[in-house]
Amino acid sequence: MTTPQHFVSRREPFPANWPVRIAWAGLALYTFYALSTLDVSWARIVRGIDQGATLLGRMFPPNTAADKLELITTGMLESIQIAVLATFFGILLSLPLGFAAARNLAPIWLSTAARGVIAICRSFHPVIVAILFVKAVGFGALAGILALIVATMGFVAKLFAEVVEELNPKQVEAVRATGASFLNVLVMAVMPQVMARFVGLTVYQFDSNLRNSTMVGIVGGGGIGAPLFTAYQRFDYDVVLTILIVIIALIMLCEVFSARIRRIFQ
Amino acid sequence: MNTSPELRRWERFSPAERIARAVLYILTAIAVIWSLKTIDIIPEFLYDAPAQSADLFKRMWPFDWAFYPKAIHNALIETFHIATLGTILAIILALPLSFLAARNFTKNPVLRWFAQFIFVSSRSVNSLIWALLFVAVFGPGALAGVMSIAVRSIGFVGKLFGEALEEAQNGPLEALAATGAPRSMILVKGYWPQVEPAFWSVVLLRWDINIRESAVLGLVGAGGIGVALDAALNNLYWDQVGLILAVIFTVVIITEIVTSFLRSRIL
Repeated sequence: MTTPQHFVSRREPFPANWPVRIAWAGLALYTFYALSTLDVSWARIVRGIDQGATLLGRMFPPNTAADKLELITTGMLESIQIAVLATFFGILLSLPLGFAAARNLAPIWLSTAARGVIAICRSFHPVIVAILFVKAVGFGALAGILALIVATMGFVAKLFAEVVEELNPKQVEAVRATGASFLNVLVMAVMPQVMARFVGLTVYQFDSNLRNSTMVGIVGGGGIGAPLFTAYQRFDYDVVLTILIVIIALIMLCEVFSARIRRIFQ
Repeated sequence: MNTSPELRRWERFSPAERIARAVLYILTAIAVIWSLKTIDIIPEFLYDAPAQSADLFKRMWPFDWAFYPKAIHNALIETFHIATLGTILAIILALPLSFLAARNFTKNPVLRWFAQFIFVSSRSVNSLIWALLFVAVFGPGALAGVMSIAVRSIGFVGKLFGEALEEAQNGPLEALAATGAPRSMILVKGYWPQVEPAFWSVVLLRWDINIRESAVLGLVGAGGIGVALDAALNNLYWDQVGLILAVIFTVVIITEIVTSFLRSRIL
């Protein structure tokens, strides 16, 4: 009896990966530890489920009284206006900022400074920025617009800088070699390369601004958030549900439109 | 010359494309002009905006450093726990749904539609609004925060991970099936190795976002550093507000460095 050699040296097909296993165990341990510090108990969850059922009961049916609907329409329109204006002016400001942050175009001191501005814009949640602007320019839509402009700059300028850095210089040179002016170079060589990505970014940011514009009202930044928060604090949960339905419908509609716009500019 | 100049004329867009683009430009212009004309801005508030902003920064500095050990530190740890636990819970809830949403795993269109519906509803409602609802359900505190972070993240994680699953190659899956592997093993040894990098990249991205979001949940009572921020704002203790903002900024920057480091290790 001899053992065939090639069976002995066969490699284990799925070798154990100990570092990964330890990481998973660590994650599980952390979960238990964090849960124990957070005062999360089964009894509380059970009570919460009861409470949730009561909440749902008080939400249905959604309130469709005429005066509430009017209030909701006004708030919703203001939210849309906030999103439109914040996206428009945010993009206008992001373009120069994005060019300044692109390492292949701007000198190093400028791109570093621009990247710093972008990092500051990105690191604060729009609601926190809205709080500061409410203090600076008072309650109302303007604070919301300014807060979302900051959010837009943080996102669009960062990604636009990356798009510009990926620009293919050969096409720019080719167009310049035909004797084109600077404007022609921009329209014929730079724009076609960046336009599709840029429109994609803009549309995405509009989506995101629309979502956030429903929220800045909670801290006084205008839009549907204020009526939503008021209804919530007065326990008018049926009005809350109506507002939520309107928000979800609007955002879904916006997603359909943005998919269509992206296809046109492909 | 045998080609006439008309034939050599080059056009970038077809007429339909031109019209579609023109219509979009016009619609955008109309939307902006309509918003500018009808939006309700009180100009009187603007006159003293520079003074107000200067006042804001003057009151913030110097920071009230003694406030950090008193109230901020524990709230900060709680924020971290809310974001991390919320992400973990979101993964647990989103994984089965993303398999339901993946076209190559689920053949039944009704199930796929069901998963997509959950993703869209989860993403359409903002985390702060989810937090409002969960505070009404579970009462103020970290539990509401964890739940709102988790529910908000389901859509994001599920959608992106479901798309990664759809890109998984069929070869290894069929090879495993041919050896007689049960469906659970096809999942673990066929799908998982292919989608693992995508999984971690989605999770890290969401965790990064959740750290930012969990910092504001306290404004509606869902625990974390936002509770301290809300209290400081309501009491007009701007030196505490400034310190809290600086702390949030530091944490967000550290999170970004950590996630980009982990991402470069994993991918």
